[in-house]
Amino acid sequence: MTALISIESLGVAFHGVPVLRGVDLTLRKGEALGLVGESGSGKSVTWLAALGLLPRHAQVSGSVKLDGRQILGAPASVLDQIRGGRVAMIFQDPASALNPVLTIRKQLCEALALHRDLSGEAVKAEALRLLNLVGIPDAGRRLSAYPHEFSGGQVQRIMIAMALAGNPDLLIADEPTTALDATIQAQILELLSTIRREMNMAMVLISHDLGVVAENCDRVAVMYAGRIVEQAPANQLFADPVHPYAQGLIGALLPLDGPRRRLTAIPGTVPDPAHMPGGCAFAPRCALAADPCGLAAPTLAPIADDRAVACIRAETSRRALLGIAAE
Amino acid sequence: MSAPLVEVSAIARSYAMRSGMFGRSTAVHAVDGVSLAIPKGETLGLVGESGSGKSTTGRIVLGLEPPDTGEVRFGGQPMAAPGTQAWRAQRSRMQMIFQDPLGALDRRLPVAAQIREPLDIHSVGTPAEREERVRELLRAVELTPAHGTRYPGALSGGQRQRIVLARALATKPDFLVCDEPVSALDVSIQAQVVNLLCDLQAQLSLTLLFISHDLRVVRQISSVVAVMYLGRIVEIGSADDLFARPEHPYTQALVSASPAPGRRSAGRIVLSGDPPNPAARPQGCAFHPRCPRAIARCRSEVPTLSGVGGDRQVACHLVAGPQAATRDAA
Repeated sequence: MTALISIESLGVAFHGVPVLRGVDLTLRKGEALGLVGESGSGKSVTWLAALGLLPRHAQVSGSVKLDGRQILGAPASVLDQIRGGRVAMIFQDPASALNPVLTIRKQLCEALALHRDLSGEAVKAEALRLLNLVGIPDAGRRLSAYPHEFSGGQVQRIMIAMALAGNPDLLIADEPTTALDATIQAQILELLSTIRREMNMAMVLISHDLGVVAENCDRVAVMYAGRIVEQAPANQLFADPVHPYAQGLIGALLPLDGPRRRLTAIPGTVPDPAHMPGGCAFAPRCALAADPCGLAAPTLAPIADDRAVACIRAETSRRALLGIAAE
Repeated sequence: MSAPLVEVSAIARSYAMRSGMFGRSTAVHAVDGVSLAIPKGETLGLVGESGSGKSTTGRIVLGLEPPDTGEVRFGGQPMAAPGTQAWRAQRSRMQMIFQDPLGALDRRLPVAAQIREPLDIHSVGTPAEREERVRELLRAVELTPAHGTRYPGALSGGQRQRIVLARALATKPDFLVCDEPVSALDVSIQAQVVNLLCDLQAQLSLTLLFISHDLRVVRQISSVVAVMYLGRIVEIGSADDLFARPEHPYTQALVSASPAPGRRSAGRIVLSGDPPNPAARPQGCAFHPRCPRAIARCRSEVPTLSGVGGDRQVACHLVAGPQAATRDAA
């Protein structure tokens, strides 16, 4: 197995309050990994920490290896080559990620000059090629337009073009379609999957929308309160979730066809990072919680090929699910 | 079916928009000839993308904004003129819930005081009765009186939306307009609030206008759903049926764009082009530039909303009435 990036026991604390509490994650070349969880569960912080993008007062621990080379705490000169070059990132709010007073051409060419040995006419030609690749109509003329002259969906396309400027091996897409309308979301997701196939690029898709993740990823990791609680191939996770939290998330997903049923809502709310319960962080909201759950936080343990879950009640939970299904 | 509590007939609202500092002002038709009827105790879902006019429709229905043309009738009566005594009485029977609960609450006031405020404004009962009503409302939204002493900042997003809901219910309204009430909440919390809303509606036989871009949430809570595109209703029908068999090409694309686990994106209808600008409404059917099935007639003639069998109405030249009716019968 060739791991493109491997994260081991990554921890992040802000002002002594741990928000990321030991994340292990590996990503193979060309793989699409989905990262789901509620706001504050650490989905974005994981990647900001891995790429050294957190503010200085954040305390980061653990290890992040890109092609076997440690990048956590690497000097800025090394990180500058990685960020935007080998690993690119796109965000939820594309409009605020672009400079409003520079033309698209300037911003695209800047990214190209930084990460590719191109100059003069070659840069301009490449900028045009990228804009065509992401499906901006009339790209030649639109290169000299400013960000406000584009619609939300088009701005996200431009962000994707900029992310592709460095020919990255890994694209981290943090809620890339959350701010967009449903029909535009479908366009952007299709564009991302086409580009990924053509360039054999790995992708991490961070989303709170389980449907989006299910359709666009090979593997899914579910995060809760700064930890990964379940990891599985996408189809298996949605067909047979094991962790009670993953079950709850999928139970809370509304169907669009078939009979209407009452939603199985997870009671309570996400714990405050400053007052984390001892033991399993999900135990106070878990229907299956038993005494031992409050003692120690369960570790992510393999339960099958390519599947792992952090729950000491995993067997019970699985049986409960099958029991319900058998009725 | 009982007489509709809320009846909206052919409302239209346009705004003047100036492009640039010295540009000519153009009219933006936010809502253009929308008619709706919501029977007592029922929920009408309003879906559409941003700029489709769904929120403006909600504001007009509540009387927060007057329509340019058309009329809103509440309980058989036309809406009273804003500011009058009759308007006040009418307004206490209808309330609104917004997307952002933190923006709708005062951060410097304990939440119980905010739930009490509508009771004070409409002079409901004695002060002691108002206190009791606040406690009752907190219980109704599954919170404890202890939550009432807190400030909005000390509550979670789901709890804040419950407070907003409790405040909206304070005057025992008959009609509630919910504008994207769960969009800002996490999935597991969304489910809690949707369940609560369904329960409260059943208990209090509330009439709801539920505005959302999320088809799944709308289907869960609505009996009838209307789909809006650029200020007009393009399709309306019973919720389950509409999502199972969408007729309008736009509804079909919306349903198909809603991702679902266990289904790969193959066969999805991906519309080309951007959602159109309400300031530059295309000629003919507003959807034709993005419609995969558009014909010549779509470019020149505006389709009207007409019945296609059952309770379904569609505004599309390609979904002709009698034809669809025979297809239904077959």
